[in-house]
Amino acid sequence: MARYAAKRIVGMVPTVFILLFLVVVMIDFIPGDVIDVMMEEAGTNPELRARLEQELGLDRHVIVRYFDYAGNVMRGDFGTSLWGNAPIGPELVKRIPVTLEIAFLATVMGSFVGVLFGVVSALRQDSILDYALRSIAIAGISVPNFAIATFIVVMPAIWWGISPRLDYVTWAEDPIGHFKIILIPAMVLALNLAAAMMRLSRTTMLEVLRQDYIRTARAKGLAGAQVTIRHALKNALIPVITLMGLQVAFLIGGSVIVESVFVIPGLGRFLITSIGQRDYPVLQGIVFLLGFFVMTVNLLIDLSYAYFDPRIRYS
Amino acid sequence: MAVEVAAPRSVLLRDPGRFRLASASMTRFARRKPLGAIGAVLMVVFIAVAVAAPLVAPYSPLEHSSERLASPSGEHLAGTDQFGRDTLSRLIYGARTSLYVGVAATILSAIPAVLIGMSSAYFGGTYDYLVQRFVDTIQALPGLILLITILVILGGGLWNVIFALSFNRAIVGSRVMRGATMGVQNEVYVEAALASGATTLRIMLRHLLPNIVPTIIVVYSLGFGTVILAEASLSFLGYGIPPPSPSWGGMLAADGRAYMFAAPWMLWGPTIALAIVVFAINMFGDAIRDVLDPRLRGSR
Repeated sequence: MARYAAKRIVGMVPTVFILLFLVVVMIDFIPGDVIDVMMEEAGTNPELRARLEQELGLDRHVIVRYFDYAGNVMRGDFGTSLWGNAPIGPELVKRIPVTLEIAFLATVMGSFVGVLFGVVSALRQDSILDYALRSIAIAGISVPNFAIATFIVVMPAIWWGISPRLDYVTWAEDPIGHFKIILIPAMVLALNLAAAMMRLSRTTMLEVLRQDYIRTARAKGLAGAQVTIRHALKNALIPVITLMGLQVAFLIGGSVIVESVFVIPGLGRFLITSIGQRDYPVLQGIVFLLGFFVMTVNLLIDLSYAYFDPRIRYS
Repeated sequence: MAVEVAAPRSVLLRDPGRFRLASASMTRFARRKPLGAIGAVLMVVFIAVAVAAPLVAPYSPLEHSSERLASPSGEHLAGTDQFGRDTLSRLIYGARTSLYVGVAATILSAIPAVLIGMSSAYFGGTYDYLVQRFVDTIQALPGLILLITILVILGGGLWNVIFALSFNRAIVGSRVMRGATMGVQNEVYVEAALASGATTLRIMLRHLLPNIVPTIIVVYSLGFGTVILAEASLSFLGYGIPPPSPSWGGMLAADGRAYMFAAPWMLWGPTIALAIVVFAINMFGDAIRDVLDPRLRGSR
C-alpha cells in the first residue's frame, strides 16, 4: 500500500512540471498582433512595447522563465497582475474557497442522487422506472448547463417576477443568505454530474449483480438489502469513483459558466475577467492552479482505491 | 437466410439482395434498441436540415429587417431578434455550424488519437511513459479551461475553434485508444503475425486497428455530442464563433440574455435545438455501445 501510494505521488511530479512548462510557454504563442492590440489601447510607443514584453517575460529565454516561474510558484509567488501590479497570489487564494464550495456541494448532491437512482435503476432493470430514469439521465447530460443556468435566472423573473439573488455574500456576513446563493449554481452543476453518475453506477451495478458471488450470497439466504449493500455496492462503486475524478475536471469547467451567469466571485469568473483585461499572468496562475487541483483530486481518488479494492492494498 | 450467410463475400457485394440484408439489420437494431433508433432518426433529420439549410430556411440568417423582437407569428415562426433577423433561419444555419464543427473536430481528433494511442501502447517503454505524462497534464486541465486558454491565445474564429476542440479531444481520446490497443495487442494472432515476419506497420494496420474499430465508433459517436456542446459553451461565453455567424450557443448568450425580457423565445429556440440534437446523439451512441461492447451483452 505504501509502495502504491509512493509510486502514485511520485508519478504526479513530472505532470506538474509539464503543466508549469505549458503555462509558461503559452505566453510565447500569443500572436504578435495581440500585443499590438494591447499597445493600441495604450498608444503605440516602442519603449512601452518593450516594457510590456519585459513584463510578460518575453525578452528572456523560455528555459530561464520556466525555472524562474517554477521556483516562484513553489514559494507561492504567482507574479503580479499586469493591471495595477498587485500580487496575484492573494487574489487567487481569496477566490479558491468560493469555487471549491460550489464544486464540493455539487459533487455531494450529484453523487448521492446519481448513485441512488443508478442503483434503483439497476435493481429494477427493464422496468418502466428504469426506462424513465435512463431517459431523464440522458436528458441530464444533453441539456447544456449554461442553458439551464440562464433559464433559472431568466424564467422566474418572467413568470413570477422573482429571481435568484445575484449579490454574493460570504459565509461570515450572512450564513443563510450565503447558502441560498450558492445552492442554485451548485444544483445546476450537480444535474450534469448526477446524470452521468446514474448511468455509470447503473452499468457497473448490473455487471456486479451478474457475478457468481452475488448468486452465492443469495443462495446462502442473505436478505436482499444486505446483498446489495455489503457485497454488490462496494464493488460497483470503484469505476464510479474513477468517474468522479474525471468529473471534477468538468465541474471546474462548469463553474466557469455558473460563476459567470450567477455572478459569483470565484476562480472561474476571475478567469473570464482577467481574459477580458488581457491579464496574462493572472491567466497563467489560474490555469496552473486549476490543473494542479484536478491532479491532486485524482491522486486522492487513486489512493482511495486501496480502501475499496483490497487487491491493490497488497500489490 | 441460409443462402445469404453462406455466400462468399464477393457475391454479397454484387448481390442486389444485399440491400435487404442491410435493411434487415437496421430493423433488427430498431426493434432491439428503440431509443437508439429514435436517436438515429433525429440525427438524420438534424444532418438533413443542416446540409439543406439554404433550401429550408425561410430567410437569410444575417438579413436585418425592421420587425425587431417580433414574437412568433405566421411570417416568422420563431420570432425575430434585436436586428430583425428571423430566429428560425438562424436556428437552421446554427445547425449547420454545429454540424460542421462537430464533424470536423471529430474527424480531426480521431486520427491523431488513434495514432498516438496505438503507437504509445505498441511501442511502450520510455516513449509511452513520456507521452502518457503529457496526456495526464492535458487531461488535468478542465476541458473548457483548456479550450478557452487556447482560443484566448490564438484568437477566435471557426478554424481556431475546430483546432482547439480537436487538440483537446485528440489528446484525451488517445488514452482510450491506448487502452483498447493494449487490450488486443497480446492476442495470439498478433504474436503469430510477428512470428511470420510481419512489419510493425502491417501489424498495426491489419491486426490492431480493425479490432479497435468498435471502440473508435463508440467513443466518437458519443464524443460528437460532447463537441457540439463544447462549441456551444464556447460561443456562449464569447470565445467561440464570432457574431454575426449564427451559433446556438451564441444565440443563447449575447442575444438571448440581453433581450430576455422582451423576447424570451430567443432563449427557447437554441436550448431546445441543442437539447434535442445532443439527446439524439447520446441515445444513438448508447445503443451503438450496447451493441458493440460484448461485456454489456445481456443487459439491455
